[in-house]
Amino acid sequence: MYAAIWRLMPGPVWVRILLVLVLLAAVLYSLATWVFPWVDTMVNNQEVTVGVP
Amino acid sequence: MCAPIRIDCMTESAKTEVPALRGRRALRGPKARVRPRVSVFGVLGELLITGGVLVLLFLGWQLWWNDAVMAASQSRAAESISQGWVEDVKPDPAPAPAAETGFGDPVVATAPGDQTAFAVLYVPRFGDTYKRTIAEGIGTNVLNSPDLGIGHYPGTQMPGEVGNFAIASHRSANGGGMHLINELQLGDAIYVQTADGYYTYRFRDMEYVPPSAVEAIAPVPHDPDGTPVDRLIALTTCNPLLSTAERIIAYGVFESWQPTSAGPPTELAALLPAA
Repeated sequence: MYAAIWRLMPGPVWVRILLVLVLLAAVLYSLATWVFPWVDTMVNNQEVTVGVP
Repeated sequence: MCAPIRIDCMTESAKTEVPALRGRRALRGPKARVRPRVSVFGVLGELLITGGVLVLLFLGWQLWWNDAVMAASQSRAAESISQGWVEDVKPDPAPAPAAETGFGDPVVATAPGDQTAFAVLYVPRFGDTYKRTIAEGIGTNVLNSPDLGIGHYPGTQMPGEVGNFAIASHRSANGGGMHLINELQLGDAIYVQTADGYYTYRFRDMEYVPPSAVEAIAPVPHDPDGTPVDRLIALTTCNPLLSTAERIIAYGVFESWQPTSAGPPTELAALLPAA
């Protein structure tokens, strides 16, 4: 899968490496901005109070 | 230099692959055979690895990145609400009249509505710059809020009141308002600032209880029918770290009170930005 993505990218190796870094940054940014906050609300089981079920 | 090696590799792999190939695949040209194919297991493996990396990334985000972002934002919010109260009283800089004899019984405010901020907590043991807003209610709308962070159990007493002023916060993630609760030592100061003034509590003892132990926040802890005499504060959060199996309760005993006009207690004043 990742090998296929690598083959699909244009240009010489250094352009591809640059592209990979840009893609990676974009993925990490969207994870931290939208995906993880949403997941956090879905899996929030950090009960800290007493007496509340 | 490279080219001959690649050719060698190609012919080698072609040789070894040929006996294994069956049917249509065997009919393909040599070019198609040497190209790495996308196999179901290859993709599945990569997806599983990606999933594992995503889970680790999420945990890192939740426990460190977002925790730090939330802590900074909650701290800023607490500072601004605290300065607001101080400035409201500033026009009346009357010298503290009863500084020697104390200020009598502490003023006890009435509990506000859900999610309303009414106090700021300072615990020097949690760090010199530690401050968090206390709001009414213990839902995620308070505990996971970037502006609040510490919740007051509805129905428990208010700061300075005889009984038990019980509050809750996260141990880790979401600003981790009580991350260092296990570091508290006998006599450590716990300050609560409200619009009325500053309440000083001293840390007394720690308790580890099951999550169902609602009696820990009773006016007389563990004696729901008892008549309260002491003015207590109870900090509650989860225990052990990163688990919700138990609750850890830190009790403090009320020591003194002074109105906003008298300024913060000396030890606390040293930690606050100059007014």
